[in-house]
Amino acid sequence: MNDNVLIEVRGLKKHYNNGKVKAIDGVDIDIKKGEVVVVVGPSGSGKSTFLRSLNLLEMPTEGVIFFDGEDINSKEANINLHRQKMGMVFQHFNLFPHKNVLANITLAPMKLKKMKKADAVNKAMELLKMIHLEDKASEYPAQLSGGQKQRVAIARALAMDPEVMLFDEPTSALDPEMVGEVLDIMKDLAKNGMTMVVVTHEMGFAKEVGSRVIFFDEGKIKEENTPKEFFENPKDPRLQDFLSKVLM
Amino acid sequence: MGEWFQNLSDKFYLCFIDDDRWMWLVDGLKNTLIITVFALIIGVIIGIIIATVRSTYDKNGEAMKKKGGAGYVFLRIANAICSLYLTVIRGTPVVVQLMIMYFVILVNQQNGVIVAIVAFGINSGAYVAEIFRSGIMSIDQGQFEAGRSLGFNYIQTMVHIIIPQAVKVILPTLWNEVIVLVKETSVAGYVGVVDLTKAGDRIRGRTFEAFMPLFAVAIVYLIIVIILTQILKVIERRLRKSER
Repeated sequence: MNDNVLIEVRGLKKHYNNGKVKAIDGVDIDIKKGEVVVVVGPSGSGKSTFLRSLNLLEMPTEGVIFFDGEDINSKEANINLHRQKMGMVFQHFNLFPHKNVLANITLAPMKLKKMKKADAVNKAMELLKMIHLEDKASEYPAQLSGGQKQRVAIARALAMDPEVMLFDEPTSALDPEMVGEVLDIMKDLAKNGMTMVVVTHEMGFAKEVGSRVIFFDEGKIKEENTPKEFFENPKDPRLQDFLSKVLM
Repeated sequence: MGEWFQNLSDKFYLCFIDDDRWMWLVDGLKNTLIITVFALIIGVIIGIIIATVRSTYDKNGEAMKKKGGAGYVFLRIANAICSLYLTVIRGTPVVVQLMIMYFVILVNQQNGVIVAIVAFGINSGAYVAEIFRSGIMSIDQGQFEAGRSLGFNYIQTMVHIIIPQAVKVILPTLWNEVIVLVKETSVAGYVGVVDLTKAGDRIRGRTFEAFMPLFAVAIVYLIIVIILTQILKVIERRLRKSER
C-alpha cells in the first residue's frame, strides 16, 4: 500500500431491508494525505451514506475500510480511537445546545485526550480566532446564526487535531448569504494541507478547491476526475445530465 | 348557630387535642414523607439503570450485534429482564405489589416502613425508567452522532452529551411522578404502616368521628401537593429561561 494513502476503501456496500435497498453498491477508493476529495451527486445517490461509512456512523454491510493502514471495521479495531482522528461536520451542525461555544470545543480534548483545561481553552481560542468568532466564546449555540454554528462545528472537530475532515453537506442547511463564510473556512483548511472529504452541492467549491471530484449515482462511483476534466469534459451520461441541471 | 359552632369545636377538640391525637397525624405524615423520599431515591436509581439498558439496546444494539461477543448477549438478557420488570410492575396494582412484598417476599422484615419503601421504590422505578427513556430518546440523533464522531464511546456520549440534555426535558415529568408517589403511599396502611392516611383512619376509629380526621388528612395531602406543584412551576420557569 502506498504510504501516502490515508483512507483505503475496498468493496464497500451498504444494503437495507435485506438487500432490497442498495445505498452503496460496491465502492473502491483511495484518499491520499492532503487531498481534497469532493463528492457530488443527486440526492439519494448514497454519497452521504458513503461519507458516514468512513467513520462507521453507518455500519457497512460488506467491504473493508483501512484508515492509517488499519482495518477499522474489524472486531479488534477500536473505532473510538480512529474517530478521534477523523473530524466530522454535519449538515445540521449538531452543536451541543447545553454547552457554550468554548465548552463545545474543549469538551472532547479535555475528556478524550486528558488535555488540561488551560491548554484546551488556549487551543479553542486559537481556533475561534481562525474562524473569526473569538468574541462568541461564552455564547450558547442558540444565540448564533447558522453560518456561525457551522464554523464552530468545524472548530470543534479541529480541536481533536484530526488527520482527515469529513464534511456532510456542510452548507446545505444554511441561508445563502452564510454559505460563503463557511466555504472560506474550508478553503483555508484545504490550503493548509488538511485531508478532506466533502459531500456538497457547491460546484464552485469543487472546481476551486477539489483535488479530485467524484460523481456518485445509484450507490456507485460513476466518474472521478480532476475538477477541470470533471466539469469541462464529463463522460458519464448521468453526470452530463446532472451537470447540465446544476450548472446553469 | 352558636350551638353548631360549639358542636364543631367539641368535635375538633375530641379528634385532635384530646389525648394529643394531632400528634398521630404528625407521626403519620413523617412516615408518608420518609416512604416517599426513599422510594423516590430507589426509583430514580432503578429507573436510570433500566432506561440506560433499554435505550442502549434500542440505539446501539445493531452495532453491538455486529461486533458480537459477550457484551451483546449480556445486553440482550438485561434488556429482556428489564422489559419483563416493566410489564409486571406496570401491569399490576401497587397495593397488590405492596402486600406481596410484605406477606410473601420480605416475610422476615417486620418494619412495614422499610417494606413500603422497597415496594414503592420498585414500583416507581418502572415509571421513572420510562420517563428517563423517553427523555433520552427525545434527544436528536445528531447529538449522538456528534458525540460519537468526536471519539466518545457510547457511555461517554450518554454521560457528557445526552443525559444532561435529557434531564432538562424530563424534569417536569419526573417531578409529576413525585406528586403521584406522595398520594400513592396512602395505601401503606395495608401492611400495618401508620402513614398519614392510616393515622387519620385511626382517629376515626377511636373517636367515631369521620368528618374531622378524614378532611384533615385530605387537607394535608392537598397542601403537600400544592407546595410540590409550586416547585414544579419554578423548575419549568427556570428551564424555559435556559432555553432562551
